[in-house]
Amino acid sequence: MSHGANTVHGASRPDTIVNFGFWVYLMSDVILFSMLFTMFVVVSDNTFGGPGGAELFKLRDVFFETMALLFSSITFGFAMLSMHAKHKGGVLLWLLVTFIFGVLFVTLELHEFYELIHEGATPQTSAFLSAFFTLVGTHGTHVTFGLIWILVMVGQVAFKGVTPPVASRLFRLALFWHFLDIVWIAVFSTVYLSGVMG
Amino acid sequence: MNLLGKLSLDAIPDEPIILAADIMMVLVAVGLVAAITYYGKWKYLYDEWLTTVDHKKIGVMYIIVAMVFLMRGFIDALMMRAQQAIASGGSEGYLPPHHFAELFTGHGTMMIFFMGMPFLIGLMNIAVPTQIGARDVAYPYLNAVSLWLTVSAGMLVMASLAVGHFSDAGWTGYAPYSGIKSNPGVGVDYWIWALQISGIGTTITGINFFVTIMKERAPGMNLMRMPMFTWTSLCTNILMVLAFPALTVVLALLSLDRYVGTHFFTSDGGGNQMMFVNMFWVWGHPEVYILILPAFGVFSEVTATFSNKRLFGYASLVYATMVIALLSFTVWVHHFFTMGQDATRNSIFAIATMIIGVPTGVKIYDWLFTMFRGRIRFNLPILWTLSFIITFTIGGMTGVMLAIPGIDFKMHNGLFLVAHFHNVLIPGMLFGLFAGYHYWFPKAFGFCLDEVWGRRAFWGWTIGFYFAFMPLYILGLMGMPRRMVTYDDPAWQPFLIVAAIGALFVAFGVLSLIIQLIVSIRDREQLKDVSGDPWNGRTLDWATASPPAEYNFAVIPEVQDRDAWTDMKARGVAYARPDKYDDIHMPKNTAAGFILGALSFVFGFALIWHIWWLVAVSGAAMIATVIIRGCDDDTWFVIPADEVKRREDKRFEALEKAGVV
Repeated sequence: MSHGANTVHGASRPDTIVNFGFWVYLMSDVILFSMLFTMFVVVSDNTFGGPGGAELFKLRDVFFETMALLFSSITFGFAMLSMHAKHKGGVLLWLLVTFIFGVLFVTLELHEFYELIHEGATPQTSAFLSAFFTLVGTHGTHVTFGLIWILVMVGQVAFKGVTPPVASRLFRLALFWHFLDIVWIAVFSTVYLSGVMG
Repeated sequence: MNLLGKLSLDAIPDEPIILAADIMMVLVAVGLVAAITYYGKWKYLYDEWLTTVDHKKIGVMYIIVAMVFLMRGFIDALMMRAQQAIASGGSEGYLPPHHFAELFTGHGTMMIFFMGMPFLIGLMNIAVPTQIGARDVAYPYLNAVSLWLTVSAGMLVMASLAVGHFSDAGWTGYAPYSGIKSNPGVGVDYWIWALQISGIGTTITGINFFVTIMKERAPGMNLMRMPMFTWTSLCTNILMVLAFPALTVVLALLSLDRYVGTHFFTSDGGGNQMMFVNMFWVWGHPEVYILILPAFGVFSEVTATFSNKRLFGYASLVYATMVIALLSFTVWVHHFFTMGQDATRNSIFAIATMIIGVPTGVKIYDWLFTMFRGRIRFNLPILWTLSFIITFTIGGMTGVMLAIPGIDFKMHNGLFLVAHFHNVLIPGMLFGLFAGYHYWFPKAFGFCLDEVWGRRAFWGWTIGFYFAFMPLYILGLMGMPRRMVTYDDPAWQPFLIVAAIGALFVAFGVLSLIIQLIVSIRDREQLKDVSGDPWNGRTLDWATASPPAEYNFAVIPEVQDRDAWTDMKARGVAYARPDKYDDIHMPKNTAAGFILGALSFVFGFALIWHIWWLVAVSGAAMIATVIIRGCDDDTWFVIPADEVKRREDKRFEALEKAGVV
């Protein structure tokens, strides 16, 4: 096969097809999270003599965490608006703001984990805490990968500009980022709110 | 800090049988490398195969993987049959218990994940894009990623034979026995990471082919004009996307238990072992249909083609497939009726299980009515189909028996169960895969497979199957549990000897398949098919050249009928020269898929042996590979219209010379 000379730039697949596949991937990720939620709910009372949610969770901290993530979704929305306006500087600015909010979220989460482990509430303490750390941590890992992805896209926008392939990737990153927001709402309600209510 | 983690020279097994297998494996590997070097084929291998994104070639590689693991899984089976044939009444047999346990674990794991799955995904790769009139799958690069993840996972299983040992916890790896307390060795870790890596590959395949079928069909091919194999593949892909994350999670949680010391499935700390079993089978039962639905699709294609008739009850087959896909998520509890749920819960799942028999029965009748008054040509694909229909029906009936909780309480973990699932999976899945192998082989390579050795293989497998598994039903009724390395009851031995003889018949079948391949390659000029349509096929896959051009169709066909190719032949537009050709956009080859596969092998191996620095390095390298590939805007190239015309003219010339047009 002779690849060199006859090169076309940009994907030959329409965006609609690529995006459709990304939706399907997100649906499989929903299943992944729903399994973790199931696990958490089933063992949420198995504290094995250790502390439960009512003693451990500090809603005030979780509130700030939640706000950081929700604001990051809004700022990502602004990035997309700038993208549609073909405003490169705006895209970069809002992506970086989103990144900062995302980092804030992950930092707050790690801080919470650190405090819990410091108090002796570790993933090894009980099935409840195993499931708690795993479910919340899986979401946090997703956010971390999202942050890496944001940095990659910042680089692409900076060096290539908002070209059609870059815009296409930004759209899927936006889907991913908003998806993590929705999952967090479920985490907040199922883990923290129900936990605090006992 | 130990740079090699848990790895040391002690990891080399000292058992003579395993050592001999290792030496064999190393010799084969060295021989392969030597042969490729001798013939100077490294560049060819790299350019045409390792970096390819062509679905036809990826399909061929999947099936090669499947064949290799069919051999390995079958050798395991032979060894187990031999052990049980002699290990009666005080005799220890020739296998130590832990080796026997690794054999039945490896046999199940390999046959499902590294024989069945790659085989059916390979057939999907070869047939689905051409059946729907597409030039490639939706994500050609991800297709290569899936392949190489599967290969790397398979290599981990292979590596376990030489470095350390494989799991002895059964292919289902039930906790807490697979937990760190009962099973501190690396065996379970090999099992976990092999399944995890191949499972991720399968999830990506599911997404890829789901989107391909939904979005890449030729104009005019609405859903109810799709070939049956495409339909069953679609349902399988939906199941892959929805079921495989459950396996990913259950394996991840078991890994956390083993590596981090969490308490998901442990006996202490509030762990819940029933959750392991539940989550495993929430994936595991749909998996049964992931394996069997594509085979049902093959049988549908084969019955219609070789009966020279339109498929009977197409709509009912479509609905039956969809109903099976849906119901497959509602029956998982029947794998553990004995685990302590109340009778009401068991009854619900028992009824759901029996209901699945209905759409399956519909399919059997559809195939029978397709053949009814058809002019059947008894080529190899339909022979496998006929054997399937009869044999599978028996397996289906014993399945309905097992679906009754009262009976299941007696049969659970016994040989009746083992006989049952082999009785559905061998004819249902494997015979279907063989039918597809014989059916599409000329499509993939341009020549047919030898009929004589094919018939020998067929009779070896069919007769061997009955001798090998019917005695197990009787043994199950006599109360023999599964997975026994030795046993005291001498009344069981005669049946186990018969089963071992059956396995020898199957061995003849396996051998015949190998000889068939060699003979066919030798006689490829006599077996050559120029038309691209050796069976008088009915669907678009037969409209392409054999093997198809890299772009499959120079001009995308317009579909006007369910049997699109039969319809085109009837209208006289088959093999019609197009008035003009356009430029064709095709995806470029990439090494990223192969690199990711290789890195995932290193990543898995490092995790198994706790070599943490290597975990970090290979993990970072994988992320870097994905990022670099993800930033590439230049992944397509153009085949100019002139070049397309040149290639197509050559094809038409050959067709004219052969008298096809």
